[in-house]
Amino acid sequence: MESFHFLWVSLTQAVSLLLRLDPPLISIIDVSLRVAFTALLIGSAIAIPIAVLLTSKNFPGRQFLRMLINVGMGLPSVIAGVVVLLLLTARGPFGAFNLLWTPTAMVISQTVLITPLITGVMISSLLGVDQRVKDAAVSLGANRAQRALVILREAHYGMLTALMAGFGRAIAEVGSVIMVGGNIAWADGISHTRTLTTAMILEVRRGNFEQALALGIILLTLVLVVNWIAIWLQRRAGR
Amino acid sequence: MITVEDLYFGYQADRPILAGINFSVARGDLFALMGPSGSGKTTILRLFNLFITPWHGRILLDKVDLQRLTGKERLGMQRRMAMVFEAPALFNTSVAANIAYGLKVRHEKRATINNAVQEMLALIGLQKIARKSSSLLSRGEAQRVAIARAMIVRPEILFLDEPTANLDPHNVSRIEELIRTVNEQFGTTIVMTTHNMGQARRLATTVGFLYDGQLVEWGDTKTIFTAAVDERTTAFISGDLVC
Amino acid sequence: MIDRSKLTVMLVVVFCTALMFGVTAIGGAASGPLGNLVLATTTSTYDSGLLHILNPVFTDLFGVRVKVISVGTGAALELGRRGDVDLVLVHARTAEDRFMEEGYGINRRDVMFNDFIIVGPADDPAMIYGMLNVTDALQQIAMHEVLFLSRGDRSGTHIRERFLWAEAGIEPIGRWYQESGRGMGDTLVQASLMGAHTLVDRGTWLAMRERLDLVVLVEGPLRGGDVRLANPYGILAINPAIHPHVNYIMAMAYIGFITSPLGQELIAGFKRNGEQLFFPAGLQRGPNFAQFIPEECRGDDDRD
Repeated sequence: MESFHFLWVSLTQAVSLLLRLDPPLISIIDVSLRVAFTALLIGSAIAIPIAVLLTSKNFPGRQFLRMLINVGMGLPSVIAGVVVLLLLTARGPFGAFNLLWTPTAMVISQTVLITPLITGVMISSLLGVDQRVKDAAVSLGANRAQRALVILREAHYGMLTALMAGFGRAIAEVGSVIMVGGNIAWADGISHTRTLTTAMILEVRRGNFEQALALGIILLTLVLVVNWIAIWLQRRAGR
Repeated sequence: MITVEDLYFGYQADRPILAGINFSVARGDLFALMGPSGSGKTTILRLFNLFITPWHGRILLDKVDLQRLTGKERLGMQRRMAMVFEAPALFNTSVAANIAYGLKVRHEKRATINNAVQEMLALIGLQKIARKSSSLLSRGEAQRVAIARAMIVRPEILFLDEPTANLDPHNVSRIEELIRTVNEQFGTTIVMTTHNMGQARRLATTVGFLYDGQLVEWGDTKTIFTAAVDERTTAFISGDLVC
Repeated sequence: MIDRSKLTVMLVVVFCTALMFGVTAIGGAASGPLGNLVLATTTSTYDSGLLHILNPVFTDLFGVRVKVISVGTGAALELGRRGDVDLVLVHARTAEDRFMEEGYGINRRDVMFNDFIIVGPADDPAMIYGMLNVTDALQQIAMHEVLFLSRGDRSGTHIRERFLWAEAGIEPIGRWYQESGRGMGDTLVQASLMGAHTLVDRGTWLAMRERLDLVVLVEGPLRGGDVRLANPYGILAINPAIHPHVNYIMAMAYIGFITSPLGQELIAGFKRNGEQLFFPAGLQRGPNFAQFIPEECRGDDDRD
C-alpha cells in the first residue's frame, strides 16, 4: 500500500489548503466558479429556445441544425480555443474590445463549448416527453407557449441533467481557457484567469503532482457540491 | 350541436381510416361511438380536438366550421372542449396541480382555482390525496383525476376515449358513475368511444357503430340495441364480432 | 399550481446567482489608469518563480499590474507579432533579431543569462558524463541510440537544441529521438519518467531537480562547460507604430525596471535551494552594442 501514499498526501494537502482558506486557492475557485456559471447562464439562455424550437416546429434545415449540434457536442476544446483566440486577437475582428487574457474570453470559449452539449441533452429530454401528455395540455386549452412550458416542466429532470453536464464540462475545461485566458495569476498569487484546471496544468509542469491532484480533489468536491445543491433544489421544487 | 358531414381522413395518403362519416350530436347528449379496435373511433375524437385535419368533409360546432378558424379562434374553440385520453396522461406533479391546469392556462384567479379544485376533488372523491404525486396513483385514481382535470374548465363538450379500458370492474363502475354525474349534473355534452357495448348501453343516450372506417349505423340507444338494421351491428351486439 | 411557482422561484434564484457571478466576472477585468501590462515570457522564467519576485516590486513602483502569459519563445513572439502582448522576455537571440528586423520588436535589452545543460538517467548509458564538448556528447547519444526527449515546440530551448544537433552534424531520426510538444517542466517530468536525456535551462533544472530522477551529465559554461550552451535572455517592447494600442509606455518602464540596478539586484538575489538561477546581464560599463544590433557571428545561428 506504500505506493498509494500519494493519495493520502494529496488528500491532506487539499484539506489543509481548504482549511487555511489559502487566498490564492480561494481566488482560483472563485474564478473557476464565476466563469463556469456565467458560461452556463449564457449557454442555457441560448440552448433552451433552440431546443424548444427544434423539438416543436418543423422547418427546412432542422435536420442539418440537429446534426450541427451533435457535432458541436464533441467539439474538441482546442478548436474552440484557437477560434476564440483568432477572434479576440488584437488585429482580429473583435480585437478592439480588448478581451484577450480576461475572464470574459474564457466565458466566451466555454460558452462555445457547452452550448451544443446543453442543447443536445435538452433536445433528447424534450423529445422524451410523452406525446399524450403534450396532447393533454392542448386539449385542456394550452396555447403554444403554455404547451412548450408543460413540455419543459415534464422534462425538468433531463433539463437539469443538461445544465449539470454543461457546468461539468465548463468547469473541467482546460484547453481553450488556457489559450484565451492565459492562466494568469497576479504576483501575489491571486487568480486573474487561473482556474482549478489550469492551475493543475501549472503544477504538473512544475512536477508537483501531489499538489496538482490536491487541486483535482478540490475540483471534484466542488462539482459534487454543485450537483448536490441542484438536486436538492429540484427536490424542493418538485414537492 | 355537433354535425359531422362526409368526413374522410387517413394518416397515409392511400389508406383512409375514415371514409364518409356523417352524424350529429345534440346538446346534452351522451354519444357513444362503439366499434372494434382499429375501427377509427379515436381518430374521430382527434379530429374534433383539432389535433389533425380532415382530408375532406366538415365538422360543425354550433354551425361553425372547425376547419375555417383563424389561430385565435382555434384556441377559443379548443377551450370550449376538453378531452380525456385512453391513458390518463397526467402531468408529473401533484393531483391538485393536475386538476388546476385548465384554469391556470386560462389565467383564472388563484382563489377561483383553489375553490374549483376542491369542488372537483369532492366530485371524484379524492380530497385526501390532493398533494400526492400523480406518478403514485393507481390506474383508477389516475383516470378519475384525468376526468376532473378536464371537467374543471366546464367544457361544453367532453370527449372521452375508452375511459374504462384496462380497469377492474369496481373502477369501471366508479368511472361510469362519474360520467353519468357529469352528463346529468353539469349538463355537459359527452362524446365517448368504447368497445364495450354494455357500457354504451348503460350510459349513452345515442350510439353509433363504427366499422372499418364507416359509421355503419347510428341513432337512439334503445333503437340500435333492439332493432339494428345492419347485420354487422347485430353481430357486434350479439358478441359474434370479435373486437 | 403551487409547484410551478416554486419551480419558477428556483429558476430565478439559480439564474440570479449565476448572473451575479457573471457580472462580477466581467467586471473583474478592470484595470488602473495606466492599464495592465501584458508580458509574454517563456515557461522557464515563469515556472522558476523569478517573476513572482520582480512583478510585485514593479507594481509597487508604477501602480500597474502585470499579466504574465507563459508559453514557448516561438509562441511568445507570435503573440507579440499579433499585438496581443505589450512586451516579451525570451531566450532565442536569432528569433529575437528576426523579430526586430521585421519591425515588430523595439528597444531590445539584454537582461540576464544562465546556461543549458544536458540531463539524463544516472546510469549514463551513453557515457557522456563530464564531457566538455556538447556536440561530442550529442554524437555519443545518437550513436548509442539512447532516449532523447526534445521539446519540439519552437521554444528557445528547442531552437537551441536543433542548432546543437546541426553543429554536431547529426539529423536525429529514430525511435530514440522523441518530441514531447510541451513546456520545459512537462518535458523534464516526462524525461524523468521515461529515463530519457533532454536539454534544459539551468533555472528550470534547479527549481525542479529534487522531484526528478535525472542527473546533470553535460555542464554549461556556468560550470566550465561548452560556451555553446550559454542561455541569454532578452526583453523587447512591441513596436507601437505597428500596434498603437499596446501599452508601450509601461512596457518601456518594465524594461527600464528589469535592467535597472534594482531589478538586476533582484535577479541576482533570486535563489532556489540556495543556488542562483539567473545572472544579471543588463548592467555593463561598456557600450554593449551587441544587445541592440543583430550579431552575425555569435555562433548560435539556429535555422531549424
